Amino acid sequence: MVKADIINKLQREVFSMQGFKKPLQSEQIFTGLSSIEKSFPNRIFPTGVVHEFISHAQESSAATNGFISGLTGCLMQKGGVCIWIGTQRTLFPPTLKVFGIDPDRVIFIDLTRPKDALWAIEEALKCNALTAVVGEIREMTFTESRRLQLAVEESKVTGFIHRFQPRNKNTVACVTRWQIEPIASVLEDSMPGVGSPRWNVQLLKVRNGKTGTWQIEWLENGFRDITMQVFDLSKVQQLKTGSYA
Amino acid sequence: MPKRFVAIWFRHLSTDWFKRKQPELKEVPFVLAAPERGRMVVKAVSQNAHERGIYPEMVVADCRAIYPTLKVIDEIPGKAEQLLTALAEWCLRYTPVAAIDLPDGVLLDVSGCPHLWGGEQAYLKDIFTKLEAYGYDVRIAIADTIGAAWALSRYGNKASIVKSGQQLGAILQLTPSALRIDASIADRLSKLGLYTIQSFIKMPRSALRRRFGQSLLMRLDQALGQEMEILEPVKPIQPYQERLPCLEPIRTATGIEIALKQLLEKLCQRLAKEELGLRTCIFKCYRMDGNIQQIGIGTNRASRNVEHLFKLFEIKIATLEPDLGFEVFILEAPKVETISTAQDALWNSEGNHDQVAIAELLDKLAGKVSMDAIHRYLPAEHYWPERSITTAISLEEKPTTNWRTDLPRPIQLLPNPELIEVTVQLPDYPPMLFKYKGKLHHVKKADGPERIEQEWWIAQDLYRDYYCIEDETGARYWLFRLGHYANGEPKWFIHGFFA
Repeated sequence: MVKADIINKLQREVFSMQGFKKPLQSEQIFTGLSSIEKSFPNRIFPTGVVHEFISHAQESSAATNGFISGLTGCLMQKGGVCIWIGTQRTLFPPTLKVFGIDPDRVIFIDLTRPKDALWAIEEALKCNALTAVVGEIREMTFTESRRLQLAVEESKVTGFIHRFQPRNKNTVACVTRWQIEPIASVLEDSMPGVGSPRWNVQLLKVRNGKTGTWQIEWLENGFRDITMQVFDLSKVQQLKTGSYA
Repeated sequence: MPKRFVAIWFRHLSTDWFKRKQPELKEVPFVLAAPERGRMVVKAVSQNAHERGIYPEMVVADCRAIYPTLKVIDEIPGKAEQLLTALAEWCLRYTPVAAIDLPDGVLLDVSGCPHLWGGEQAYLKDIFTKLEAYGYDVRIAIADTIGAAWALSRYGNKASIVKSGQQLGAILQLTPSALRIDASIADRLSKLGLYTIQSFIKMPRSALRRRFGQSLLMRLDQALGQEMEILEPVKPIQPYQERLPCLEPIRTATGIEIALKQLLEKLCQRLAKEELGLRTCIFKCYRMDGNIQQIGIGTNRASRNVEHLFKLFEIKIATLEPDLGFEVFILEAPKVETISTAQDALWNSEGNHDQVAIAELLDKLAGKVSMDAIHRYLPAEHYWPERSITTAISLEEKPTTNWRTDLPRPIQLLPNPELIEVTVQLPDYPPMLFKYKGKLHHVKKADGPERIEQEWWIAQDLYRDYYCIEDETGARYWLFRLGHYANGEPKWFIHGFFA
């Protein structure tokens, strides 16, 4: 056996011990984010774990919710129920349909105290009848995040924790940390008007994977990677304006 | 033992009930009316309206001619039967067998009961005064047969007692209608000059049968006790309640848990037998010193799963204060619903998503926080954004219309639109600049306007012209202008954020 094979095999064993079990072919979900998926262990989008999202402004919070909805939509392709827990919800349910979720399959839990919200998120993550749980909270300590991670390891529910304007970006036990910002949309043939949502997706932290930055667009009913296009576009524009000349 | 029956006649059943509920009606003559063949017909008359010459089955217009200020109230269909059932159930304190006698009476089989009240006189008096105190105008009679008691209650004194075996003598002087016969037979009898029962009771049976049919003879025999008559007693629903008295006072949480589990098992067994599930449940603990403590739970869908219900209670057991100890535990389920064994799929999910598990999770959340915190939305056919969704009542409710995706709607909608300052080209252009929360945004791209009119049948307001806006950083907003330029400078608002 070649050395590399042994290392690969060991790596896989370590992953499975850490909760990154390779799902069966039938359980795999298609996100369309193949370029991002390369950064993850086993090259698949990890489900049955907790993802953390951070946003600072209301605009980026909307973008983050859009990205989370898109991911949840991919998870709910085969049906299922999602629970959305938050303390100050502004999410407008009908728009979820654009991101592939039937809004009537989402149950909203609107709480007033952050402590109750955390408890509700943990209870929801323990319920394996759910497909996804989205929690909108501000602060989360390491211990609290550890509890959530332990809950999903048992139930295999995917959790998305959206932290809006957290006081500090403390270390948490979530598998990933994302930051989503909106970027200018582009319509085909430089038509006027607002185009499909586009985001600058930053994967700030990922356990056993590589971090990175991508530009992603939500088109019709799926993600599309436009990293190269945006890069090219900016180059062309720079040449045109002659800022380097 | 000879049979004894009591007949109670409520002379103004529904109107007396209205008087009880609305004491201001006591002095006002009023009638209950219902539409019949295009006109309003009186169905029930209050006593003081009756004294003014108004009778049931009169047309309301005629009654108004007799008494112009007559008050007319809509009849509640089925109310009389409901009232009688309640009254019959109330009468179960006097006898175990009580039946309703539509349209306005209650029959009681009181064999062997009156001596407990010290004789029939006292027995009838007790019933009479109690019902009168409630405000019901009643006539009451006791006899060996239902027929005789009925006749005497309708055509006798306020409270008549027919001694055992004396029913023949008691009814002789009454009109034939007292035999509970059809109005047509009674009419024919009176046409023939047979105004009292005694005038035809001695006639040969074959002649009576030929002239008036078998029913007259049957009613006569029933009144005289020559033919059996069977009551159909009311069966009150046993309250869903279980009791557990304890020999020793219970003071520990473990003890309370054991008691609760036992009670839940008993209650759920009964519910399973009747194919029911409970929606609310109250656990009452009676303390030694007379203090009563209770904890309650509610479920999102009917449940009779002991373990799940126990878990819901478990969180709250700590709030009980046993102090000296509890001596009696009572578990009640005030609200029960049927559980159909084959319920529709909750959502059209293909996976093995267990609806029960989700409902149980929601119960748990509702138990800790409150039921108001849980929402699920369905589409509503309104363009006005705030009204385009409605809250689903139950977990099973499915959308009746499709969710629309053809119009741009933001992912985040502010609960209340917020005022912004704009710089805008007239008349219909989107803003060039806008200031929100002190920050200036330069508009780079825009779509719109989409005009949404206020629905005049719901509220009066100005229309909104919505624009989708993208600023220089790529952030996307939903702004609107309220109203038009004709009445001065219109206001601009921000209402949402696109993803």
